[in-house]
Amino acid sequence: MMPDDRTMWITMGPQHPFSHGLWTLKIRADGEIVKDAEPVIGYLHRGWEKECENRTYPLIIPMADRLCYSASMTWSHVYCKVVEEAMGIELSDRAKYLRVVADEMCRIQSHLMWLAAMGTDLGNLTVFLWALRERELFLDLNVKLCGQRLTTNYPRIGGVRNDMPFYFERDCLRVVNRFEKMIWELVAMMDESSIFLSRMQGTGIISRKDAANYGLTGPTMRGSGVDFDIRRDDPYINYDLLDWDVAVCKDCDSYGRYKVRMEEMFQSCDIIRQAMAKLESIPKTEPTRIKVPRRVPEGTHFARLEDPRGESLMYLVSDGTDKPYRLKVRSPIFVNVSASKHFVNGVRIADIPAIMGTLDMCLGETDR
Amino acid sequence: MPEKLIEAPTAEEIAAGVETEFSYTTVLKRTAVRRMYFSCDRRSIRALCQYLKDAFNFEHITSLCGVDWTDRLQVVYHLSNYCTGMVIEITVDIPNDDPRIDSVALIWEGANWHERETYELFGIVFEGHPKLERLLTPQNYEFFPFRKSYKLRGQE
Repeated sequence: MMPDDRTMWITMGPQHPFSHGLWTLKIRADGEIVKDAEPVIGYLHRGWEKECENRTYPLIIPMADRLCYSASMTWSHVYCKVVEEAMGIELSDRAKYLRVVADEMCRIQSHLMWLAAMGTDLGNLTVFLWALRERELFLDLNVKLCGQRLTTNYPRIGGVRNDMPFYFERDCLRVVNRFEKMIWELVAMMDESSIFLSRMQGTGIISRKDAANYGLTGPTMRGSGVDFDIRRDDPYINYDLLDWDVAVCKDCDSYGRYKVRMEEMFQSCDIIRQAMAKLESIPKTEPTRIKVPRRVPEGTHFARLEDPRGESLMYLVSDGTDKPYRLKVRSPIFVNVSASKHFVNGVRIADIPAIMGTLDMCLGETDR
Repeated sequence: MPEKLIEAPTAEEIAAGVETEFSYTTVLKRTAVRRMYFSCDRRSIRALCQYLKDAFNFEHITSLCGVDWTDRLQVVYHLSNYCTGMVIEITVDIPNDDPRIDSVALIWEGANWHERETYELFGIVFEGHPKLERLLTPQNYEFFPFRKSYKLRGQE
């Protein structure tokens, strides 16, 4: 600390209620105003990518689930996708739509987890309870579909593990239809509260240009007005055949990111309904899984998809054996949190939890 | 600076542009739908990245990673364009005995942590990086764990 410098460094975390996982935000504060910030991560680094080099391809699917507990479906999906691309496999339509349903269920429950955490960050425990109550129904659907609530282990290289169980379609549509009504209660509780609005509007501002330059992705980026969604602009598993809108908000502040996530949940409900209708028209005899070889041909491939938190990418280098030579994971939160300095610059210390809460932190995928 | 910015470039436009500007150092390896694959000399990577950003609107760097090929190191860039959904993959080879490459962190700030990560896991030094320090592993680590010379249990 310089003698005439009135600022000081404060360490928030790793044990701090706002930090949703083990990470630290070091801030330089001048009184109440944040002048500079530096995130510190790495507490959970377990060498995930290196660990994969010692495993055969199918053994990595459950590991990919554990990159992030609330986005396990999309993480194992992106892994299966990159291996399929390396093998040059085209999935059956049935498997594609099952993946769409699974991914969108995962997106909804992940956003609900974010909403619950956001509620506690702002001291609104009712939101926490209500959001988790709704989320539980989607987790029950997960149990029906794959036997697990969180680490689902559902996608397989060449398809999905199993077809829908009996009455899954009925239950899924019931949950989705009910959820669409119930979400208005959550919206009402958040949007009609002037405390919530005053803490969200006009804080954590990131312009459109900065959002692109800092590498932000997902709802964080779309909340800043970047109209880009990999599901629409770089389509995979038949997302281009479904009719839905990308949620974009030009507010550029915390409230914009909140609105994008809420809108995405509605869109996901729509996508699930359409995918279910498509599944109805595909005969049940169509295989959900193709038999694939053990070895992956030599070469480098990458696959990316829209995770609930942003853009996830895996880059696979295979040397012709049954184990990957190198597997790189591009985690959306790893990049989003690196920009946290710009999110909190100039705000008051008390606003930090509200702003960083809109990033939807998940440390499992950040540290890998 | 290029004369004009093409917001939604096609693969042919990019190939033609890179071919004229970087004909000696950059090779187009293959193309696919919304994908292009380049291989580049390490001396011109920063200029190439700046060119792709300024001329073809690649305003987002998706990822940057290292690969240890035992006889050489490699850095792989994935750049993406929001208008077309195009991703360009650039691979740059680096000799083992001089693991240095120009940093692109000043072009895209999103590359900052990717480069720090690649530095600490592979020992590749990014010249011109604003803060090249260890990020995930402890500061007093003395080895680069993702190199192939670092063996895992059962990998002897």
